[in-house]
Amino acid sequence: MTTTRRDLLTAALTAAAGATVAPEVGGAPVPDHDHEHDHPIVPSDVALRVKALESLLVAKGLVDGPTLDALVDTYENKVGPRNGARVVAHAWVDREFKARLLADGTSAIGELGYSGNQGADIRVVENTEKVHNLVVCTLCSCYPWPVLGLPPVWYKSAPYRSRAVIDPRSVLRELGLELPPDIEVRVWDSTAEQRYLVLPERPAGTGQLGEDALAALVTRDAMIGVAKVEA
Amino acid sequence: MNGIHDMGGMQDMGAIEYAKSEPVFHEVWEGRIYAMSYAVQGTGKLRLGLRPPMEAIPPGEYLRMSYYERWITSVTERLVASDLVTRAEIASGRPEAPNAKTEVALSPAAAVAAQFKIPATRRNVPVAARFQVGQPVRARNIHPVTHTRLPRYARGKAGKIERDHGIFVFADTSVYSAGEKPQHLYSVRFSARELWGDQAPAQDAVYLDLYDDYLEPA
Repeated sequence: MTTTRRDLLTAALTAAAGATVAPEVGGAPVPDHDHEHDHPIVPSDVALRVKALESLLVAKGLVDGPTLDALVDTYENKVGPRNGARVVAHAWVDREFKARLLADGTSAIGELGYSGNQGADIRVVENTEKVHNLVVCTLCSCYPWPVLGLPPVWYKSAPYRSRAVIDPRSVLRELGLELPPDIEVRVWDSTAEQRYLVLPERPAGTGQLGEDALAALVTRDAMIGVAKVEA
Repeated sequence: MNGIHDMGGMQDMGAIEYAKSEPVFHEVWEGRIYAMSYAVQGTGKLRLGLRPPMEAIPPGEYLRMSYYERWITSVTERLVASDLVTRAEIASGRPEAPNAKTEVALSPAAAVAAQFKIPATRRNVPVAARFQVGQPVRARNIHPVTHTRLPRYARGKAGKIERDHGIFVFADTSVYSAGEKPQHLYSVRFSARELWGDQAPAQDAVYLDLYDDYLEPA
């Protein structure tokens, strides 16, 4: 039974981790942390360790607090999947832009003002009635930051990274998308230099919608390739 | 390195813990460690890439840790490897010497501007392509103990060059500041059946971006 085996593995991993936790990863000693207890997935001392590291780097002049605030604000509030949604909606209404987008994603996306870190080269792949594209990074967490922001937890998780390449149809089914057997599934395992954005199919019955209304329909998941856009 | 991070094709990792929407950072410390990583990287003083220290985390630890916990390990190891902090300083949380300020911290404006600048791993240097679009190739059966972007599941497998992306620095050496070795990077199409056998649908495929050094003629 799969669940039984996983429970055993989880217990073994938790026990192994408990024996070696903080010193191995270079954390500062935490005063109230000398008791026996089960660690949750994220140990409670992590926040303190990060705070200690920040204090050290500030004291050494390597970073300063307002700079960290500004970097956090960038991806919490300024860059995210709404950027990608605007790219997709523009491609749906402007045939020439779409052609440029598929030929050279980086340049076309740059026309809309989006570029930058973790997205120096972005390739756009198009879903059609015959082809479905799915993006993964099996080795780590590569993701097209300028158009989608930072990746969600599930995208960076072991279940998604391990299974998306060997059994993409089961991944899609699990996430609620059942594909016909004759469609071609293309999995883009993004190893770093190229980042991938899926151009989803425009849903039927949206002929009257303007670009802003279309953009509002486009989800992050559709641009990763784990969902379709619904009207 | 044949580490736990190279998990493409592994089975029994469980159900995907999917969330339709979630905060960008689940805890305040996640945002802080992410920001520290880029704030220090922006000074140009790091001599080690983000991924090698994460890939060196022992498998049990790697699976137990959350994503940004791995970043704590990565940021710490990169700072130490680049002689910017010592392990004793990390342990104590204080600089060893008073007046240890290096005065290199980026301003908020400079750090944010760096996020919108195109970072440079593409190179405009004349390097001949060893392969052409449409050419059958085979991923080399190599097992470096250091960082590589050739996943295990593709090694020894035959595919076809689908696109030539141009010339990029070679991550296997550049992440260690051990030379750029600029070379062509290609999109290579592997049929799902070549990778996974007859159980896979005949028309499905996996595409990987692979450097010249990873490939041989098929």
